[in-house]
Amino acid sequence: MPHTKHRRLVATAVAVTLGATALAACGSEDDEARSGPVSLTYWTWAPGMDKVVDLWNKGPGKKERISVTVKKQASGDTLVTKILTAHKAGEAPDLVQAEYQALPTLVSNDALADISGEVGDAKAAFTEGVWQQTTLGTDAVYAVPQDIGPMMFYYRADLFEKYGLDVPATWDEFAETARALKKKAPEVDLTTFSANDSGLFAGLAQQAGAKWWTTEGEKWKVGIDDAATRKVAEFWGGLVKEGAIDNQPMYTPAWNKALNTGKQIAWVSAVWAPGTLTTAAPDTAGKWAMAPLPQWSGGENVTGSWGGSSTGVTTDSDDKEAAAKFAAWLNTDAEALNALAEESGVYPAATAAQTSGAFAEPPEYFSHQKDFWSKAAEVAATTAPSAWGPNVNVAYTAFKDAFGAAAKNKSDFTAALAAMQDATVADLEKQGFEVAR
Amino acid sequence: MRTAPYAFLLPAALLFALFFALPIGYALWLSFRKVRVSGLGLGSGARTEVWAGLENYTTAFTDSELLSGALRVLGYGAIVVPVMLGLALLFALMLDSERVRLAPLTRLAIFLPYAVPGVVAALLWGFLYLPDVSPFYFVLDRLGLPQPDLLDGGPLYLALSNIAVWGGTGFNMIVIYTSLRSIPAEVYEAAKLDGAGPLQIALRIKIPMVAPSLVLTFFFSIIATLQVFNEPTTLKPLTNSVSTTWSPLMKVYQDAFGKGDIHAAAAQATIIAVVTLLLSFGFLRAANRRQKQEAAR
Repeated sequence: MPHTKHRRLVATAVAVTLGATALAACGSEDDEARSGPVSLTYWTWAPGMDKVVDLWNKGPGKKERISVTVKKQASGDTLVTKILTAHKAGEAPDLVQAEYQALPTLVSNDALADISGEVGDAKAAFTEGVWQQTTLGTDAVYAVPQDIGPMMFYYRADLFEKYGLDVPATWDEFAETARALKKKAPEVDLTTFSANDSGLFAGLAQQAGAKWWTTEGEKWKVGIDDAATRKVAEFWGGLVKEGAIDNQPMYTPAWNKALNTGKQIAWVSAVWAPGTLTTAAPDTAGKWAMAPLPQWSGGENVTGSWGGSSTGVTTDSDDKEAAAKFAAWLNTDAEALNALAEESGVYPAATAAQTSGAFAEPPEYFSHQKDFWSKAAEVAATTAPSAWGPNVNVAYTAFKDAFGAAAKNKSDFTAALAAMQDATVADLEKQGFEVAR
Repeated sequence: MRTAPYAFLLPAALLFALFFALPIGYALWLSFRKVRVSGLGLGSGARTEVWAGLENYTTAFTDSELLSGALRVLGYGAIVVPVMLGLALLFALMLDSERVRLAPLTRLAIFLPYAVPGVVAALLWGFLYLPDVSPFYFVLDRLGLPQPDLLDGGPLYLALSNIAVWGGTGFNMIVIYTSLRSIPAEVYEAAKLDGAGPLQIALRIKIPMVAPSLVLTFFFSIIATLQVFNEPTTLKPLTNSVSTTWSPLMKVYQDAFGKGDIHAAAAQATIIAVVTLLLSFGFLRAANRRQKQEAAR
């Protein structure tokens, strides 16, 4: 920090003028300068984060003389681009919010610092699967988990009853439910296969056991077109082809209307769905219910994750130790997590916080489902491990184009999957990564 | 004071160099470079920027997606340019005719869509194109008429063109109208004395005399068409039919900010700029030559 440097300079100057007594003084002055006030900048898109950070600045931060300033940013990939650009100029902020799948990209660009020494103790607060995403399978730790997005099945409880449908426990039952609904009400769809959010498909593949990026020695292995993902692609492609579900993208005005008027009566989503439903389908509040994601085989109990982010410390930070201290506090301290839930609507990655404080009462939209959060915590505990690589963005773009076209034409989804695999491998090779075949 | 002209030029030249020439030069420089990754690419020093020569350019030229994007944009331009300029000319002539009423109000009404930002216009039309929320489809449905899917296949081009025509006609009309107003009244008087009716005046006098502004509006329209980005990007989330690389500029954007490959993006941007320059100046030259020939006749 410029301030610290300035102090050190002053200290040295003072030491020089003081002459003989300088030697001892210099040492102590220098130490004091290092533990002097630190100010950090934090790039995040979470709403209300400034209020959470205020708690730090007035509480533990004041004691430690570490103050944090929040700079609100655009979310997701846009922020990754911005961080990388700032990092090129050596001007990245001290702390950044980053989605899990963006971590390899950031690390590969040397934008995130290894903070294993500072935050290693925080590991116990998270499940193994969540923590592993921040280590990228190495001994290093590149971020502290903040929120997670375990996937769940949301459905219109009233309409399921009206049409005489059971909540599907397996994907086979899910397909049967979609067909049964089509028979009873041809104009109504169970759900849609949307190609405009790659995270959904990635989460579904993760549930099926896919590992899209793994390493073999010094080589990356891309497993997008693996058996598990192919199973998922064939399943959804089949449903779209036979017309059992819709093929239009989500998050459009038409989609909102379909949810709000009961033209689509279920949504495979994640723990953050209540927020989205509140704005997309305001008239149907209280009519939805949440259930675990359908499984691939009867006895199983796994889910994927869609979304979720972490707090990382950049290599450009002048005081990584202080920044890491804040990151650990923000994502493990009970008071901070409670504020995060209340102010930012974050579903915490820290397991202890998933049922306490803000999560005692169900979300307003699901007010009738009293056990919403305890059920959510149970689902969260079953999240399959994920495997991200250095060019998730490329794979995600390829997904949107290939699956968008396949959904539109109701054509072979496995061909789209192969295109996605090829685009991802080609990009890795073009960048100079060694790719295992 | 020999230096005075240069001193006056200095601010403009400086701004031009800093904010135009320099970024272009930097983009050119980037287009000849690429990033090399070693090993797993994790940790510091795993990425280095190296000289790529013409590699980015050869990749761009052999990239079928860039070419198909260009073809899509040509198809789009083949609809937008004639329709928009035709309408603009028609409106300008109508406003200029003697019998028109409420001219200022009509002029404003036609011009107004130009004042709506492109993204807003595309969003607005996007809502109207979605069968489930569009009032048009509601009416079609009530009347028992067929309801075409405007966000798919061929109609998609019409849907996109419609946004551009809606937004751009007003501007072009004003340009043509202004030049119509500058035609001296004696010319019309002479024509009338010779027995020319309003239609003949329009065809034989007005249109030839506003030819330079038609050339100008055509020139602007070509450039705008080649750089189409807002409309397809805004409609993209609403439909599976628009890919992330639908137009060449969308591909540049996707490569730079989606894939994070600014080097490939810089090469493609350079190619698009050169093609735009060639096309638009080629057209200007051809138009000038014709005018000179006509003047000589």
